[in-house]
Amino acid sequence: MFYRENGQFKTSYQADQQIFPIAQDRVFVLLLLLVAFVGVPFLASDYMFRAILIPFVIMALAALGVNILVGYCGQISLGSGAFMAVGAYGAYNFFARVPDMPLLPALIMGGLCATAFGILFGLPSLRVRGLYLAVATLAAQFFSDWMFLRVKWFTLDTPSGSVSVSNLQMFGFPLDSDVSKYLFCLSLLVVIALMAKNLVRGAIGREWMAIRDMDVAAAVIGIRPMYAKLSAFAVSSFIIGVAGGLWAFIYLGSWEPSAFSVDQSFRLLFMVIIGGLGSIMGGFLGAAFIVVLPIFLNQFLPMLAGLAGVEISTTVVSHAELMIFGALIVWFLIVEPHGLAKLWAMGKQKMRVWPFPY
Amino acid sequence: MAFFLETLFGGLMAGMLYSLVALGFVLIYKASGVFNFAQGAMVLFAALAMARFAEWVPLFTGLSQPVLVNLIAFVLAGGVMFIVAWLIERLVLRRLVNQEGTTLLMATLGIAYFLEGLGQSIFGNDIYKIDIGMPKDPVMAFENVFQGGLLINQEDLIAALIAALLVALLSLFFQKTSTGRALRAVADDHQAAQSIGIPLNHIWVIVWCVAGVVALVAGMIWGSKLGVQFSLATIALRALPVVILGGLTSVPGAIIGGLIIGVGEKLSEVFLGPYVGGGIEIWFAYVLALLFLLVRPQGLFGEKIIDRV
Amino acid sequence: MSKVIGEVILDVHNISLSFGGVKALSDISFNVREHEIRAIIGPNGAGKSSMLNCINGVYTPQQGQITFRGQTFSHMDSHQVAVMGVARTFQNLALFKGMSVLDNIMTGRNLRMKSNLLLQALRLGPAEREEIEHRRKVEEIIDFLEIQPFRKTPVGQLPYGLQKRVDLGRALALEPQVLLLDEPMAGMNVEEKQDMCRFILDVNDEFGTTVVLIEHDMGVVMDISDRVVVLDYGKKIGDGTPDEVRRNPEVISAYLGTGH
Repeated sequence: MFYRENGQFKTSYQADQQIFPIAQDRVFVLLLLLVAFVGVPFLASDYMFRAILIPFVIMALAALGVNILVGYCGQISLGSGAFMAVGAYGAYNFFARVPDMPLLPALIMGGLCATAFGILFGLPSLRVRGLYLAVATLAAQFFSDWMFLRVKWFTLDTPSGSVSVSNLQMFGFPLDSDVSKYLFCLSLLVVIALMAKNLVRGAIGREWMAIRDMDVAAAVIGIRPMYAKLSAFAVSSFIIGVAGGLWAFIYLGSWEPSAFSVDQSFRLLFMVIIGGLGSIMGGFLGAAFIVVLPIFLNQFLPMLAGLAGVEISTTVVSHAELMIFGALIVWFLIVEPHGLAKLWAMGKQKMRVWPFPY
Repeated sequence: MAFFLETLFGGLMAGMLYSLVALGFVLIYKASGVFNFAQGAMVLFAALAMARFAEWVPLFTGLSQPVLVNLIAFVLAGGVMFIVAWLIERLVLRRLVNQEGTTLLMATLGIAYFLEGLGQSIFGNDIYKIDIGMPKDPVMAFENVFQGGLLINQEDLIAALIAALLVALLSLFFQKTSTGRALRAVADDHQAAQSIGIPLNHIWVIVWCVAGVVALVAGMIWGSKLGVQFSLATIALRALPVVILGGLTSVPGAIIGGLIIGVGEKLSEVFLGPYVGGGIEIWFAYVLALLFLLVRPQGLFGEKIIDRV
Repeated sequence: MSKVIGEVILDVHNISLSFGGVKALSDISFNVREHEIRAIIGPNGAGKSSMLNCINGVYTPQQGQITFRGQTFSHMDSHQVAVMGVARTFQNLALFKGMSVLDNIMTGRNLRMKSNLLLQALRLGPAEREEIEHRRKVEEIIDFLEIQPFRKTPVGQLPYGLQKRVDLGRALALEPQVLLLDEPMAGMNVEEKQDMCRFILDVNDEFGTTVVLIEHDMGVVMDISDRVVVLDYGKKIGDGTPDEVRRNPEVISAYLGTGH
């Protein structure tokens, strides 16, 4: 009743092809943006920013990048952690070595370093796919682990191996409060998400999806697999690299190579699977889920056990987290391989016909 | 020269241990086309089970003779792995029968996480010892050939022998028994095997059980060497390049691939490492696998991958 | 309706193809003239799809060459073939199941889309205009194939007959000079076959597209094709007009067995 598209006729292809063709969707998204940019800074506590909102925004950006590669182009990647690392250390080197380098260009340069790295380690995708490609991306991951641990040049030869940044500012405004950090990351997320959505619904997006669905047929209708796959790697690693820079600079402040280990890669992959492969929104939902889940379990499980009169320690909670994680992955793959995004779409579909059943 | 040979031997032994884990991968892939990312978690789970059972058996039964205790612990752990295998087939594999490879791969990732959490919940997460009576002291050998002799690690040598024995047993099993024949049929063509009456579900349970036992042996040996701890699960990641080199469908490939990787890692670490800051072991196996993927994706002994439109 | 059949546009010389020990094609030679409808027929396993796959660059023949518009190749590159104006449908419908009908056919326009990544990301003027221009073209094809109600439906949800039309639509989107159709009417009922015949004849008539057609339905073949090639066990056993081929004793024995 509220969500009907009745009466919303499109008289031009342009109108038909816009990102949010249904008026109610447009209103919803505008409200969401309003809440995100204006409401949240007033309402959220420091803890919420540091523990939930900022990591969520940055991880959503990274998940967006991973989704482009894995969800839209079908190239499985277990090396996302490495792309984040290259983006972070790349940005760091530009920031620390070039005098007066502003923050945003440094992050973008980090992203471009990640792009180069991504294209290089994406070359195997021209020869192999599936598990074999996963192994190739793991090679990228472990190589990056080693590179930032042992090649001292990247860390400016610090003895401890960990690096840090401080005094971040944007056009003269210092980024020291949680709110300012959150707004900075959020702005980047919105801009990049918009550009990604444009790519995905345009010609290159269709090429990516064609490669994903059947790459032999794609070649026959004139799509060049090399260009499509490498462009997917390039765009994806750029986004993941920028996210890595944000993660290091804004969320962590100071970091070591282990911040971008293979666990991070798995985490990103799970975000994309649970959120929904091949859907921009899926990345957001998955990131929210994975960021919130440990915190939720940390609060909820002891409470639940308390009701039963049992005390449980944090180790038990962390084990339970692993088990619930694993079980959820399997459950999603069995029940709804298209993830939360599909559930969301089904919900919208129900809304469209409400109050009728179908 | 002696030093080189010592490094070589060390590499061969380490390689044998990788092969043990790689065998589990190959077995499951051969019989069901599923790549089991959870193999490492299974090794950890099995090793934890065995280590803890070895501790608990004396408490519950009063037996204390090491060989007997270890044997009972092994059998109990084996039983646990059978149950795990059966549950995996029942709850997960059966529901994902027609899905594509990537979905199944990610499902096994989920199983891996689950097993890691479960194992540590049930059996605890300290570092445990497995003591199966392996001699820990290295021994000097070939003293008459090389001056001073070669330092050989006895434990590794025995581990290598056990691994070789296991491979021989598995090869016999596949070639000579009717179940082995059925497994080879299923590996070749699921539908054809089904149409001649081979029960797919039973076969998969059997295969995962065998893989579970292989995981147990691997866990026992690695655990005896390193102690049973969480990092054992990452062994799956170390063994992955082995199957790429050897070929995902080849049992001898897993052995040869393991040996090559083991030797390559050790040699490159010792002779190349100092020039680039050390730590080459982190990526050597993977970059080698990467090169193979570019040149010969099916590995040394695997079947060629063909696309049909 | 009379049409003018032109010069030889595609020429296949001595193509031999084997997979391991199996010889799929032995020394096949035939040509295709511009604007004609050329059928390839033969019992199952005769090598018809393999022949199309060689023309398309999906398989590489061990021997032989292919001449297209005067240029000779011993190995065709799939992308190059598409650029040269050869489009194709598949026996097993290699459609992009995850995308809508509209998007599937739009992929056929990719060769002609020029705007680069950055412009697409910003969706500014030129990129948007290009999308709309190609959308217009695709809508024409959708009208032609009468699948308007399904344009936003994911292809995987459509019935088989409609999927086959989308496959044809995607091939048409390339605005090809030569159209290779691999059993376009397989699995269709009488009405669907009539529709498909109509589409093929219209394409050939209105746009002058040369059609190479693999088909099992003899009625269709005899009705709409100008010339026919007959394959059996990878060898060519007949080549000529439908009437000539129908009377060829080798062809008759291949289809009906000896004793007739």
